[in-house]
Amino acid sequence: MKMLLVAEYRQKKLLESYTELLAFAGQFGADCAMFLVGDGAAELPKFAGKLYLADVATFGEYNPDAHKRLLLDVVAQEQPEMIVLSHSSYGWDLAPRLAAGLKAAQVSEVVAVDDGRLVVPACNAKLRRTVSGTGAVTVATLQAGAFSLAEAAAGSPEVIAVTGEGQGRVALLGYEAAEHGGVDLTKSEVIVSAGRGVGKPDNIPLVANLAKALGGEYGASRPVVDAQWVEHNRQVGTTGLTVAPKLYVACGISGAVQHLAGMKKSEFVVAINTDRDAPIGDVADVFAVADLKQLLPVLTEKLQAL
Amino acid sequence: MKLLVCIKQVPDMESKFKIDADGVWYDRSDLAWRMNEYDEFAVEQAVQVKEATGADLTVLCIGPEQVKETMKKALAMGCDRGVHIADDQSHRRDPYQIASLIAAFAGDKGFDLIFTGMQSQDRGSGQVGVMAAELLGLPAVTTIVGFALAGDKITVKRELEGGVKATVEATLPALVTCQLGLNTPRYPTLPNIMKAKKKELLAVAAADLSPADALLQTVKLTFPEKKGGGVFLEGDVGEVADRLIRILKEKTSVLA
Ligand SMILES: Cc1cc2nc3c(=O)[nH]c(=O)nc-3n(C[C@H](O)[C@H](O)[C@H](O)COP(=O)(O)OP(=O)(O)OC[C@H]3O[C@@H](n4cnc5c(N)ncnc54)[C@H](O)[C@@H]3O)c2cc1C
Repeated sequence: MKMLLVAEYRQKKLLESYTELLAFAGQFGADCAMFLVGDGAAELPKFAGKLYLADVATFGEYNPDAHKRLLLDVVAQEQPEMIVLSHSSYGWDLAPRLAAGLKAAQVSEVVAVDDGRLVVPACNAKLRRTVSGTGAVTVATLQAGAFSLAEAAAGSPEVIAVTGEGQGRVALLGYEAAEHGGVDLTKSEVIVSAGRGVGKPDNIPLVANLAKALGGEYGASRPVVDAQWVEHNRQVGTTGLTVAPKLYVACGISGAVQHLAGMKKSEFVVAINTDRDAPIGDVADVFAVADLKQLLPVLTEKLQAL
Repeated sequence: MKLLVCIKQVPDMESKFKIDADGVWYDRSDLAWRMNEYDEFAVEQAVQVKEATGADLTVLCIGPEQVKETMKKALAMGCDRGVHIADDQSHRRDPYQIASLIAAFAGDKGFDLIFTGMQSQDRGSGQVGVMAAELLGLPAVTTIVGFALAGDKITVKRELEGGVKATVEATLPALVTCQLGLNTPRYPTLPNIMKAKKKELLAVAAADLSPADALLQTVKLTFPEKKGGGVFLEGDVGEVADRLIRILKEKTSVLA
């Protein structure tokens, strides 16, 4: 199988996620070429194969029209059976453009390979879909962290410079750093997080009080932060913090992959949820099937009495 | 100015899912249905643009008869009219086919701005918006968490990983896919729910829009293997609390 892997370059850096693409390709024993809009004078992917390299100074870090055209040219030369990207803000933006341009099937957020077929999550990871493309080429994006190399990537690529029309209809004006400041959750040994299951802002103190009784801090899932019940510097997940406390208590959090990515390295995980099937169960050491509004005050009181 | 917002009806994700007889999708009976969460942000943004500019706003939804319930919510939030692309097979179609239906409908309507959610909660492919834009020859920006319109230019914030944002500009006509937190979706008020009942709801048969052929095939739908190992605590909350404290004392050092 021939694959074209699309590496990423952001804020003047090559992203490490290209190694996940290599790990995925390894499962197929694929013959790979790589594509990158990056800087030839800077760090390049550690990979012994062809690297089609377009200059970021001309083509920009985010210029989907131009990146698509460059890639379609490389695809025409390489004739891969699969084009693989990360399921990232770059990959999920670019992949459907390629798929539409090639009239190829796109498979989003691959989590596993089953007998050569791709497996993707459905319904907040409560279900899994095994899919296959019907044409000669398939575009796939990989869930962050789903594939990893057993050994560090090695080798240096054979660079093939590619160029083309640089214009695009979407212009990147600049970046805005994440908001920081205030409490630093990553330093806390215990984190008790509030999810949408808390129901209303008045219930946040239930979570904060439990955190206090356990000598820790409170965090939150994204909807709770989006609703401004809790500040952004307490958001756990891909677009917030990555934490690994000794104890993580998820209260009314379903366990979406973007939340799990931020907390699954915690040493011990307790889930408090009314839905026994919630995917948070995949990472929970203890799953209390309970209404948090009832359990939290009782639990807090008992801890305070210890 | 003409605006289009595309929405999907999805089951409540807290539902207990069953696999249907064909083994390729979930059983659609006995589920509670709602508007795809990402689309609520898309509708809200479209309504805000309409209110600021006096633009005309159409909401489009593909699916069986029951999706009209979800369309009514969008109408009550402020969309001017609904277009229901009637399709009993929509759940079996791949994103390219869905995009082809949207493009076939929108092709000759001259929409200046099209809003979609960044993905659906059930399929989660995140492809339809971008593919529709490609088929329509429009620029598209995905995953927006900030939106501003000035003249014929939009300046949007794209959300990247780790809370970083990118500011991006495009000229209309364009399509944007909306991410959670873009705005605060309004709750329809009772008077607006009443008004929505009188709004126009056009029906177009999917077959009349000649959907593209499928590019992707679902081989099977399964439940993930339970990673397991976890202990379930159930019953009286006092007892659950006691057992939980005992486990924390045994298995962690946080109560030491
Ligand atoms: C690109 C992208 C980035 C994202 N980044 C993040 C991120 O960084 N962090 C993040 O958290 N999310 C992120 N998300 C959102 C993520 O996909 C989920 O939507 C989100 O994590 C859901 O939050 P939740 O679990 O609190 O809410 P829900 O999924 O709505 O779950 C609520 C849970 O509460 C339970 N519940 C309800 N009532 C009660 C009760 N009384 N007692 C106990 N339990 C109850 C329910 O059973 C349910 O499991 C991102 C999404 C995308 C697309």
